[in-house]
Amino acid sequence: MAELSQVNAPIYEALRKFRRMRVVPFDVPGHKRGRGNMELTEFLGEDCMNVDVNSMKPLDNLCHPVSVIKDAEMLAAEAFGAAHAFFMVGGTTSAVQSMIMYACKEGDKIIMPRNVHRSAINAIILTGAVPVYVNPDVNHKLGIALGMSVAQVEQAILDNPDAKAIMVNNPTYYGICSDLKKITELAHAHGMLVLVDEAHGTHFYFGENFPVTAMAAGADCASVSMHKSGGSLTQSSFLLMGKNINSDYMRQVINLTQTTSASYLLLSSLDISRKRLALGGREIFAQTVEMAEYARSEINEIGGYYAYSRELINGDSIYDFDVSKLSIYTLPIGLAGIEVYDLLRDEYDIQIEFGDIGNVLAYISVGDRKRDIERLISALAEIKRRFGKSEANMLTQEYISPVVAETPRKAFYSTKRSLPLDETAGEVCSEFVMCYPPGIPILAPGELITPEIIEYIKYAKEKGCQMTGTEDLSIERLNVLDI
Amino acid sequence: MELWFTERHTPNVKFSIKVDHQIYSGNSEFQRIDIFDSKEFGRFLTLDGYMMLTEKDEFIYHEMITHVPMAVHPNPKNILVIGAGDGGVVRELTRYPSVENIDLVEIDELVVEVCKKYLPTTACRFDDPRVHVYYEDGVKFIRRCTDKYDVIIVDSTDPFGPGEGLFTKEFYGSCFKALREDGIMVNQHESPFYDEDAAAMQRSHKRIVESFPISKVYQAHIPTYPSGHWLFGFASKKYHPTNDYNGTKWSMLGLKTRYYNPRLHVGAFALPCYVEELLKDVE
Repeated sequence: MAELSQVNAPIYEALRKFRRMRVVPFDVPGHKRGRGNMELTEFLGEDCMNVDVNSMKPLDNLCHPVSVIKDAEMLAAEAFGAAHAFFMVGGTTSAVQSMIMYACKEGDKIIMPRNVHRSAINAIILTGAVPVYVNPDVNHKLGIALGMSVAQVEQAILDNPDAKAIMVNNPTYYGICSDLKKITELAHAHGMLVLVDEAHGTHFYFGENFPVTAMAAGADCASVSMHKSGGSLTQSSFLLMGKNINSDYMRQVINLTQTTSASYLLLSSLDISRKRLALGGREIFAQTVEMAEYARSEINEIGGYYAYSRELINGDSIYDFDVSKLSIYTLPIGLAGIEVYDLLRDEYDIQIEFGDIGNVLAYISVGDRKRDIERLISALAEIKRRFGKSEANMLTQEYISPVVAETPRKAFYSTKRSLPLDETAGEVCSEFVMCYPPGIPILAPGELITPEIIEYIKYAKEKGCQMTGTEDLSIERLNVLDI
Repeated sequence: MELWFTERHTPNVKFSIKVDHQIYSGNSEFQRIDIFDSKEFGRFLTLDGYMMLTEKDEFIYHEMITHVPMAVHPNPKNILVIGAGDGGVVRELTRYPSVENIDLVEIDELVVEVCKKYLPTTACRFDDPRVHVYYEDGVKFIRRCTDKYDVIIVDSTDPFGPGEGLFTKEFYGSCFKALREDGIMVNQHESPFYDEDAAAMQRSHKRIVESFPISKVYQAHIPTYPSGHWLFGFASKKYHPTNDYNGTKWSMLGLKTRYYNPRLHVGAFALPCYVEELLKDVE
């Protein structure tokens, strides 16, 4: 057999071969190549149902890969410059959780920025690790949390020399990068692992002139949302490992929570997308950046809106910026980001990634067409013309530094009572409150509820943010610790 | 040998014209362009396999999309045409001595080149000194225009493919902004007959109604378009298409036409009941 290279996609090739063999299925899934569920087959297509199969010898098994999945993981690791790579079918959430569960046991400390995705705090609840939060730097004009400053990370390390790991968000949803290399050096000098949530940074590995990748910076683990900028199916993701990680133990950690019936639709989508990026990524992301840069300059020409970019770089908490992100500050036209987000969809049939209090983010990829970019720009111009008002009375979004009263695990599992939102000031919250997207908690379990936070939640609700996390789906009541 | 051009009007209806010769076939950055000769309809142009115009019936479309707004506006001087790379709208517009400037914005330069070479019946007035051609996306061009034009004619293809941006609310809103305070926009408005076309027609109408204070629809009979029953949109900031219309004044211009006339102008705005209902549903 010829040696494998990036032109191969072993899982995909095995599935094609398997399909040609027309094997008679007396195994699960019970839809039997779609014949047992015609309505679904008509909807998704016969080709899709045909490869929705169970693991078996010719197709390997994700829980214990020995053949084609092993080969595919090897090729993925090579493509990303990692020592090892795992195919993940539970989203980047499962990758984030696995790396935290690998690094921390109950009671172990982990240093992390507070503006992490909820999946990281969920992992802390599961493991019983103790978070040491580094408050991210904040750009007060835009109202967005930035990266972590190196000095603050260093202080956290010196204050907590027993911490097992540092977690870094790189880049943030808005495209902002910390000084990953220096943070990694610092952490390693103190014997701590570096875990990078690189959910929004798949393209860094394949395009040119992007910020440094976690693997190139020497980090130990990185979770990469291949389904975001990488083009694979929703819920598929990679977990990458540096040379100092025991990948066999990591597999056991992953298998604690991972399904034993991994979807071959997801696996093949990862395999094919990795091949595509390895072979054509440079060109793909050059086109993406060109479209994002064009949109940015046109949007800035409209006036009022501010589509920001590398000019924000400050050498520390904005060490670098991902120019493929189209983040736009909207408050100068008198509209909250979430209002622009809703207007784009309701008035112009344009769905963007998210809107928060002061910003919107449009996700640009190679799948976009020039003419759709023109529509987005024109719709923003029209929103300004038709709905724009004075900037007065707009609340700027502020990152509110949390007061941590209990570990997330203890707060989540302790006895609690439910109170109307307005009566919760001074209590300790036992659940998450966040806008989704982006899924970064306003309150996490164990944090003190302040009047400032209550006001923020009410304002975000009023402006139309989609709030999630609480037991009460209408977010009129919060669960607090019953002490 | 029999060679036929066939266009699918619905999944269950086809329309065919017997072809004598294929004159041209090529691909631009945006679409496939074909020109055929036929015995029945003369020379005809298709884009991505969809009929754009034939020599035999193009006069109906071009007269109706041009003379209706030009006859309602009391003094149209500055005109914007979007799409219309075949030159038919420009041909009709250049007949008005009062017109001082015509900007034509066509996304596909190759369409203009091919039409100049093979369709002299429509692409015959591009050399008029009042005509200025811009090869860019109309959605982008109009974003930069404010309070500038008396009449905008949107001669788009279909609400899918390169022309789909010309059926959007952001585009109609930009047109509103680009028009002077008494400006008029006319657009190709699809057909009310087959379900899919009717849905596109309703969608456009809804978006125009939301963008302009006056929004009416008129019709014409165009044999080579799906069902033959075709609509145009008339959107305006100030003038009503029939109440503010002076047919005598237009007749005095002495323009010779083959389809349009002052009686037909008024009549074209009288729509069949089912079309009125489709429109009312989205108003």
